[in-house]
Amino acid sequence: MEIGLGHYLTVSAIVFTLGVLGIFLNRKNVIIILMSIEMMLLAVNLNLVAFSTFLHDLVGQIFAMIILTVAAAEAAIGLAILVVYFRNRGSIRVEDINMMKG
Amino acid sequence: MILQGIAFYVFAALLVASGVMVISARNPVHSVLFLILAFFQAAGLCLLMGAEFIAMILVIVYVGAVAVLFLFVVMMLDINFRELRKGAMEALPLGALVGLILLAELAAVLGGWIVAPNVAAIAGAPTPAIDQVSNTQALGRLMYTQYVYLFQASGIVLLIAMIGAIVLTLRHRPGVRKQNIGAQISRRREEVVAIRKVTTGEGV
Repeated sequence: MEIGLGHYLTVSAIVFTLGVLGIFLNRKNVIIILMSIEMMLLAVNLNLVAFSTFLHDLVGQIFAMIILTVAAAEAAIGLAILVVYFRNRGSIRVEDINMMKG
Repeated sequence: MILQGIAFYVFAALLVASGVMVISARNPVHSVLFLILAFFQAAGLCLLMGAEFIAMILVIVYVGAVAVLFLFVVMMLDINFRELRKGAMEALPLGALVGLILLAELAAVLGGWIVAPNVAAIAGAPTPAIDQVSNTQALGRLMYTQYVYLFQASGIVLLIAMIGAIVLTLRHRPGVRKQNIGAQISRRREEVVAIRKVTTGEGV
């Protein structure tokens, strides 16, 4: 039962697919969509770390940290936009987000 | 080796299960809590691979900051989530189809992929032996020398995100009384104090 690179890549592929599926399933709820995006970023991170450790190249872990930074920034900005939107409209339904439509 | 296998399968099964719960839980608070569980499992997987620093950063940043931020927002906003879940099942066939196609493609990539024979020679930064340099130390040596510009750029990204979040959510409410220090200290005695002669028994 040797755990190799393929095992980790399979897990991260499944988690990425779950993230995509989550976006489809919860099309109305922005919060769950943001969480699904976080899960996809987590899968990408796992992928990078797996390649980095199995190919003995540290650069992948540096990239994983950069992705972590961007994920944190994205969550902060996304949730700030969500809070402002909720304050203005009193709802977070995705269908209601059409104020910028011409 | 058998222990490593057991640990991997436990972490992986819990990661996938909590991922399923994140996208299918009825209550978003439960979703966030399952997201936290998923992050912990991912940290466990990183630990198993030998990337200790990334594992700890995952716990600190994702669980400590991002997931708690989600929890705050979910609990702060007063939203009727039941209504938001309506029609989720209509999208299930399409979502499942796209998910299956994506998974099949990923599986095809995984199946047909091999490591280049000269991969050790072209490594950007070969990992030093673990008995000489720890993972954290090696990452630090790399990050603060070769990738220092990337490091600074990610700091700028975080700064801009912080400024953006503050600017977005700051609001000026009308009618809030605030201390105006300039007006306070520029008062003069002549403007605000008047001396009157009051005769006894009459008042002002």
